[in-house]
Amino acid sequence: MILVVNGVEHELDLDPRTTLLDALREHIGLTGAKKGCDHGQCGACTVLLDGRRVNSCLILAVTQQGTPITTIEGIDHPVQRGFLEHDGFQCGYCTPGQICSAVGMLDEVAQGWPSAVTDGGGDDLLSDAEVRERMSGNLCRCGAYANMVPAIKEAAAQ
Amino acid sequence: MKTFTYRTATDTAGGLEPGAAFLAGGTNLVDLMKLGVATPDVLVDVTRLGLDEVTSLEGGGLRIGAGVRNSDLAAHPAVRRDFPVLSQGLLAGASGQLRNMATTGGNLLQRTRCRYFMDATKPCNKHAPGTGCPARQGDHRNLAILGGSEHCIATHPSDMAVALVALDAVVNTSQRSLPVSDLYRLPGDDPSRDTILDHGELITSVDLPALAMPSTYRKVRDRASYAFAVSSIAAAAKVADGRVTDVRLAFGAVAPKPWRALIAEEALRGKPATRESFLAAADAELAAAEPLKDNAFKIPLVRNLVASVLEGLTS
Ligand SMILES: Cc1cc2nc3c(=O)[nH]c(=O)nc-3n(C[C@H](O)[C@H](O)[C@H](O)COP(=O)(O)OP(=O)(O)OC[C@H]3O[C@@H](n4cnc5c(N)ncnc54)[C@H](O)[C@@H]3O)c2cc1C
Ligand code: SF4
Ligand code: FES
Ligand code: FES
Repeated sequence: MILVVNGVEHELDLDPRTTLLDALREHIGLTGAKKGCDHGQCGACTVLLDGRRVNSCLILAVTQQGTPITTIEGIDHPVQRGFLEHDGFQCGYCTPGQICSAVGMLDEVAQGWPSAVTDGGGDDLLSDAEVRERMSGNLCRCGAYANMVPAIKEAAAQ
Repeated sequence: MKTFTYRTATDTAGGLEPGAAFLAGGTNLVDLMKLGVATPDVLVDVTRLGLDEVTSLEGGGLRIGAGVRNSDLAAHPAVRRDFPVLSQGLLAGASGQLRNMATTGGNLLQRTRCRYFMDATKPCNKHAPGTGCPARQGDHRNLAILGGSEHCIATHPSDMAVALVALDAVVNTSQRSLPVSDLYRLPGDDPSRDTILDHGELITSVDLPALAMPSTYRKVRDRASYAFAVSSIAAAAKVADGRVTDVRLAFGAVAPKPWRALIAEEALRGKPATRESFLAAADAELAAAEPLKDNAFKIPLVRNLVASVLEGLTS
């Protein structure tokens, strides 16, 4: 099968059971996406599939042949600088997933998608509550949330 | 995970060999396969069938393709404008990442989060018929107070389905059309089947009839986001001259299926739109509740949800 990751085609011979996360980490050698829970409960494995954020641990690689996949290794985005400047991490394990998720999330905001906190659009749009709700699919065992919120808001403002 | 072969579905006629299963977003099925609770021999991917459109129906309704992602549906302008209960229900569920994969069909057919069901090493009448139901004596805090049986008290976990039941939505399959509320069956003495669908019956779309009332969704959970409901409510109501002229109510996470509260609706029609009427209607619906030790709290919780959500909708 062919997986297109960060613009590069990889020809792989995989068991159909292989998740996208395992294909990236174990077979392609891109270890940025992390395995936290392996059950969709933590967000550490977040990558972008055709530009949309997803949990790569619950996706079978075989279902994504030819879909453009972007991992943290392929991201160049103001969110990264924001995390550095605001110290948006401690151990860093959740960080690649947080950053991929934030990149996908900012695109969703730009498209006017609503959230459970606001209806999309309007002045409240990236309030702290909005960032927290939209980023709730990414857990951080170190509890570095307080610094991630301004990191993401600053990147959003650019 | 057990090995399986994979293929993509090429038409919407449905039909599957024994041991095969449809795969959509995979956010529930792949999870259950990893846990050894689902053990299909063949996966048939239904995400390339072009069932990913939302189209208008005559008279103001909508047809939602079975493959429409939950995030796209929640953001759809017509859904936000005409069916806020559905958009809000979807946005109250799971996370941004999961909603980007999860589909309409898969969301309807997701399975219970009962911890014994999700643990292949535990007895459970749903995943291993005849082995018993440890939840009755064990962890049942989040399980059913309505519609359960001595064999199973699982709750259906979907938020979206609660909104669809309140909206009188109709599910279209490769074989028939039926109200979403008739899709689900109660456990009775066979908890292994959640729905009345036949093996290989493909959901193709869901139809929403027009709704001429304000509507809303409220979900109570153990943390502010990214958690399944402890209880939820989908509601729509219309008031004229201080009286309820039309109302829809459905409860989530209190029963093995999204629970349409027809008794409460009946009790409300024509009554003054007051907190007293709302509470009396909730009591009428909840009279049949059979709580256990650790989930009896859901009775006052749902009662208060009914009153506060209807007060909000009608004031
Ligand atoms: C951590 C976590 C938190 C979650 N929180 C919530 C929550 O708060 N609220 C909520 O509602 N949900 C929640 N979910 C569940 C999520 O909404 C479901 O997993 C998702 O909607 C399933 O859709 P899918 O397309 O991924 O289905 P799949 O996993 O692909 O399939 C699910 C089932 O549907 C069948 N199926 C799929 N499509 C069709 C079709 N067209 N015709 C016939 N059969 C079909 C499959 O065979 C399978 O049995 C959560 C999930 C996770 C992992
Ligand atoms: S409540 Fe149902 S799903 Fe849970 S253990 Fe009992 S039989 Fe299994
Ligand atoms: S590893 Fe995928 S969500 Fe936790
Ligand atoms: S920085 Fe350690 S888990 Fe988030």
